[in-house]
Amino acid sequence: MNASISANWLPRFAFCIALSLVAFGCKPKPVGGHKLRPGAAAPRNTANVMPSRAVHGILGAGATFPYPIYARWAHDYHQKAGLEVNYQSIGSGGGIRQIKAKTVDFGASDAPLKVEELKEAGLVQFPMVMGAVVPAVHLEGLKGLLTLDGATLAGLYLGAIKMWNDPKIAALNPGVTLPATAVTPVYRADGSGTTWLFTNYLSKISPQWQQQVGNDKSVSWPTGVGGKGNEGVAAYVQRVDGSIGYVELAYAVQNALTVAQLVNAAGRAVSASMPSVQAAAATADWIGTPGMGVVLTNATGAEAWPIAGASFILLHKDQIDPAKILAILRFFDDAYKTGAEAARALHYVPMPPAVVEIVESTWTTAITVGGRAVWPPAPAAE
Amino acid sequence: MAARTGSRMMRRKQLPDQAFRLATGFGAATIPAVVAAVGAMLTAGATTALLRWGPTFLWRSQWDAVHGEFGAWSALVGTLVSAFLALALAIPLALGVAVFLTELAPRWLAGPASLAVELMAAVPSIIYGMWGLFVLAPFLSEHAQPLLQRTLGWLPFFQGAPTGIGMFTAALVLALMVVPYIAAIARDLFTMVPPQVKEAAMGLGATRWEVVRAVVLPHTRIGLVGAVILGLGRALGETMAVTFVIGNSHRLSPSLFAASGTIASTLANEFTEATDELHLSALMALGLVLFAMTFAILALGRLLVGRTSAQGGGA
Repeated sequence: MNASISANWLPRFAFCIALSLVAFGCKPKPVGGHKLRPGAAAPRNTANVMPSRAVHGILGAGATFPYPIYARWAHDYHQKAGLEVNYQSIGSGGGIRQIKAKTVDFGASDAPLKVEELKEAGLVQFPMVMGAVVPAVHLEGLKGLLTLDGATLAGLYLGAIKMWNDPKIAALNPGVTLPATAVTPVYRADGSGTTWLFTNYLSKISPQWQQQVGNDKSVSWPTGVGGKGNEGVAAYVQRVDGSIGYVELAYAVQNALTVAQLVNAAGRAVSASMPSVQAAAATADWIGTPGMGVVLTNATGAEAWPIAGASFILLHKDQIDPAKILAILRFFDDAYKTGAEAARALHYVPMPPAVVEIVESTWTTAITVGGRAVWPPAPAAE
Repeated sequence: MAARTGSRMMRRKQLPDQAFRLATGFGAATIPAVVAAVGAMLTAGATTALLRWGPTFLWRSQWDAVHGEFGAWSALVGTLVSAFLALALAIPLALGVAVFLTELAPRWLAGPASLAVELMAAVPSIIYGMWGLFVLAPFLSEHAQPLLQRTLGWLPFFQGAPTGIGMFTAALVLALMVVPYIAAIARDLFTMVPPQVKEAAMGLGATRWEVVRAVVLPHTRIGLVGAVILGLGRALGETMAVTFVIGNSHRLSPSLFAASGTIASTLANEFTEATDELHLSALMALGLVLFAMTFAILALGRLLVGRTSAQGGGA
């Protein structure tokens, strides 16, 4: 009996010790293979871009709307320069909080921050890519291309226009058969830059909207149902006859949704497309707007699509590590200069070269390390 | 022999015992610590909103990020209505399943059917959400909701366009998610009823139905209350499946066909893009309300179980 106890207690004891070690998380073993070696991130393919050797990755977080194109640019840049750019699409709110807390290298926001907020946090903001928001409809018995304007769009979402054959809609659509179907407005239930742009446009057009609902990433909707994300809105729109929703242009194109035309500020009915969004961008005053916080809704150009906007990048003005900030700016510079094709392929609208020039001159004046400008990089610096 | 080696044996025995006690004690201590930390974090985050509105936050019905007006009422009502409606649908179904599996089903059917019930519990909630949106909602919109409106359309609960999206669909999906939890536990409870008791009842001439009603259910009612509470806990906190089908609105409507929202769905929707300090704080306060509510309901459940077990012991 005694012998059997001695034979048994050892493994049991060892098990208990192991268990308590696990429980207390004792002695974390150094994990091999992850140590930063100098030259580990050396460029595989040294083209013109060469990140500093000390920088082994850039971390960004924020807006979900530009995630596909940022991820694409990051992938392409990794292929080209060997530098890993990790973008987490956690939402603009999270991105702003994280860049303020300095847990990420850059933040991204769909709606521009106000100048006071930028100043307070010591941030610089610049537009990276543009997109458009389009109204998608599902109306059985509709014959012809549906045209709406800002006032009818506001009326539909306020619940003032209840039927699709309403005289206000009929007046905009001569020769189009409108069925007598009840209107079901569909909105984004999650807070989003898409909603921000859409409600910004409606607030500019309709005083009643401005007063009753207002402009934000999530608002108090007077009527309708809410879907989560572009895909949620699209699913509801495809589901419900008589529904109207708003989604990003890229999403509408990829899913072949029925998109209505909109009458713009110049009084012309335009279709959402790459050229009509660029027409909106062309009219914007990028230099005169404080913090570069340009909003492209209700733009004045003759061909301009009325609901468009840019997505913004946030950086700290006062940087510590010159190699790091240079690597970050090089990535954005490369995206501006060589990423336009990738952006168009994903139905985003790239920033025009004139705007890129303005942005890069802002980098020179605003971003410093110990009081010294870092952009443009000195040719002999490497 | 025992006297001679006693002290050595004691020491040998004590060492692993103490290590084991330490390890398990540590494990047990982490649970209340984590719960307390979550509560503290939520309270800290909610401070701005709570200082602003105090307890009125609970029954204020506006939720308007633009004008900075927040109140928990619509989400709170949505959470309770969806959870209790789901339970009301799920309990009879789950008990029926459990009784059938243990008392009536032939052996070749009981095994696979039990497995299916357990599988249902293992399906991720997002799958229920997608199924609800793409399969159940169209069916309800085209068949079930028009039928309800034709027959019971005069009731305030069945007003509005039958879009298939709203509280009605959410409660149905929730009910289906809760059924396997209750059914699996109930089945285990029913199999533990001593066969002698059932045989004795049958010997007295009781029918199957009478055995279930007079022997099986009373014998297991404590455990059944626990099972229902577990299901309620799941229904209260369910997020993704509800967000998919409930229509996500902050408006209160007596109609079950109207879009509604729950606390969990509001948090899932708005947390990522809440940049405004007050909005974020209101969301935290909403989380705190759900936390406290779940806690209160579980405590109430414990109390009920305690009381019924005391009665059961006395009877």
